[in-house]
Amino acid sequence: MTLLNTGPAPARDLPTGPAAPRRRPASPSHRGDGPLAWLLIAPALIGFLVFAVYPTLRGVYLSFTEFRVLTPPKWIGIANFQELAGDPVFWNSLRVTVYFVVVAVGLTVIAAVTTAAVLHRLTSSTVIRGLIILPFLISGVVAATVWSWMLDPQLGIVNAAVHAFGGDGVQFLTSREWAIPSIAFIHVWKNLGYTAIILFAGLQTIPPQVYEAGRIDGAGETRMFFSLTLPLLRPILALVLVLNVIGAFQVFDLVSVTTKGGPANASNVLQMYIYSKAFGQFDFGYASAMSLALFAILIAITFLQMRLLRANESEQA
Amino acid sequence: MRTRRLSPGRVLAWIYLAVIVLVTVFPFYWILRTALSDNYALLGNPSSLLPVDFTWGPFKRVLGLATAEESLAEGGSGATLDLGRYLVNSIVYATASTFLVVLFSLLAAYAFARLHWRGRDFVFGLFLAALMVPGILTLLPNFVLVRDLGLLNTFAGMILPYGLFSAFNIFFLRQFMLGLSAETEEAALIDGAGRMRILFGITVPMTSGPITTLSILGFIGMWNDYFWPLLVTTDESVQPLTLALAVFKQSSPQSQPDWAGLMAATLVAALPMLLLFMVFGRRIVNSIGFTGLK
Repeated sequence: MTLLNTGPAPARDLPTGPAAPRRRPASPSHRGDGPLAWLLIAPALIGFLVFAVYPTLRGVYLSFTEFRVLTPPKWIGIANFQELAGDPVFWNSLRVTVYFVVVAVGLTVIAAVTTAAVLHRLTSSTVIRGLIILPFLISGVVAATVWSWMLDPQLGIVNAAVHAFGGDGVQFLTSREWAIPSIAFIHVWKNLGYTAIILFAGLQTIPPQVYEAGRIDGAGETRMFFSLTLPLLRPILALVLVLNVIGAFQVFDLVSVTTKGGPANASNVLQMYIYSKAFGQFDFGYASAMSLALFAILIAITFLQMRLLRANESEQA
Repeated sequence: MRTRRLSPGRVLAWIYLAVIVLVTVFPFYWILRTALSDNYALLGNPSSLLPVDFTWGPFKRVLGLATAEESLAEGGSGATLDLGRYLVNSIVYATASTFLVVLFSLLAAYAFARLHWRGRDFVFGLFLAALMVPGILTLLPNFVLVRDLGLLNTFAGMILPYGLFSAFNIFFLRQFMLGLSAETEEAALIDGAGRMRILFGITVPMTSGPITTLSILGFIGMWNDYFWPLLVTTDESVQPLTLALAVFKQSSPQSQPDWAGLMAATLVAALPMLLLFMVFGRRIVNSIGFTGLK
């Protein structure tokens, strides 16, 4: 909210024009701003109203309807949500999604913090930072295709390595127990570098004197990481955590290309189930109700984020 | 720093970093190595670190340059794929979306940063709220809307929902413009220059850094977009590469996929991003750090 206050003083007194006996009469150049301003924001405003506000409201409305796409939606009250409450596939999807989010985000953040801290203390090489964000540049579809190949049970290089170390081959994407961990790993591979670079940028805002002081006080690298780096990084860490969680909750590309939700719904994440309800069974009302449920989860996380960030502000003050 | 001796901790840290870089980069090498292999020969030698029976065949297959017999002889599925057309579609989709959304965000950001008008703070507050509210709920209704407008399977239908408005872009550019000194612009105003001339003659050149940043990040995002084109396109004439690749992957025979062909297709889909990276690498790295701090 502080963002709103950084602008120039509000122009509330301008419409009264030069006649108003205020300090600094509005420069004549600002008088005709109104029409031009509306013209300039028109495309964005139209996009905002037509493709963001309207569909959001319509999405809420559709959740309370029976809507089979080809016939107009019919109001059925909370029937979709009653059905949802008793739908074992939905509860399975929610469980699978949370499992994925916990594993994927947990690993991403831990590895990214470690990588950022190591980079920060060892090297400022742009080449290394460039290499680790390579996966960010490619699509989820590309990442999923490559890893499907590398994790192939018979021909994949990963199982070849497992065999070389004397292990048994693993059915990475084709077994119930390994499907979600494998997709989570691909997600980590794709997002680690990007997340680490954001955290690295956060680390660079910490003045080096902080570390000099730490060293003079006799603190080692590990001690400095936990006592200096982590606390100072917390605001940006909270932000990164929440962005990662929100992104992971909506995972679709990776699942769609690697397992299509299988085997036997073992990786049928929410977004996958929503998609198959809407475009497989043309049950848009039910799919909208699930989207609304996911929406509520994400809103809750966003609020949690604000709480976290605010808690940090007051702590530092 | 340089005088510090290599402690065991630092050695461990270097090893960790080396492992991370290796795991990150290896799949890219593996794409190339597989894409240059004969698909039949791969079966017999799956873990060779070099291409097995080196051949350009997989690339010919996915670029529609191989005949069905040639394709089958090297272990392809016999189905031909013409990635060239999808490549053009991706270029159109990503370029147009990115150009439009950056242009419209620029116009809006200028109105918020430099013009004085009734309702400005209110509208800006609304836009800012859009930054907080997840877009998940808009996917299905937007599909219905685009269908009702008769825009399924058109570039317009693909581009409009994301080509007009980006709360993040507007916010980002407005913040930057507020940080610029308005003196030059005020002077130009007094000299009688029009607002649009000032915007494109003075403000835009001074904002070129953030504009480039948003364009690169936007282009990467659009190029890699999968879900939205999946919803609104079924026709090959407009589908982007991501969709073609996913279809190619999903329709490959379960028993014996054409992995060499798939990796060649993967490389074609990723190549423009890798080229972009070679040209703008440093800038991309800095952009990501920069946007994260906002």
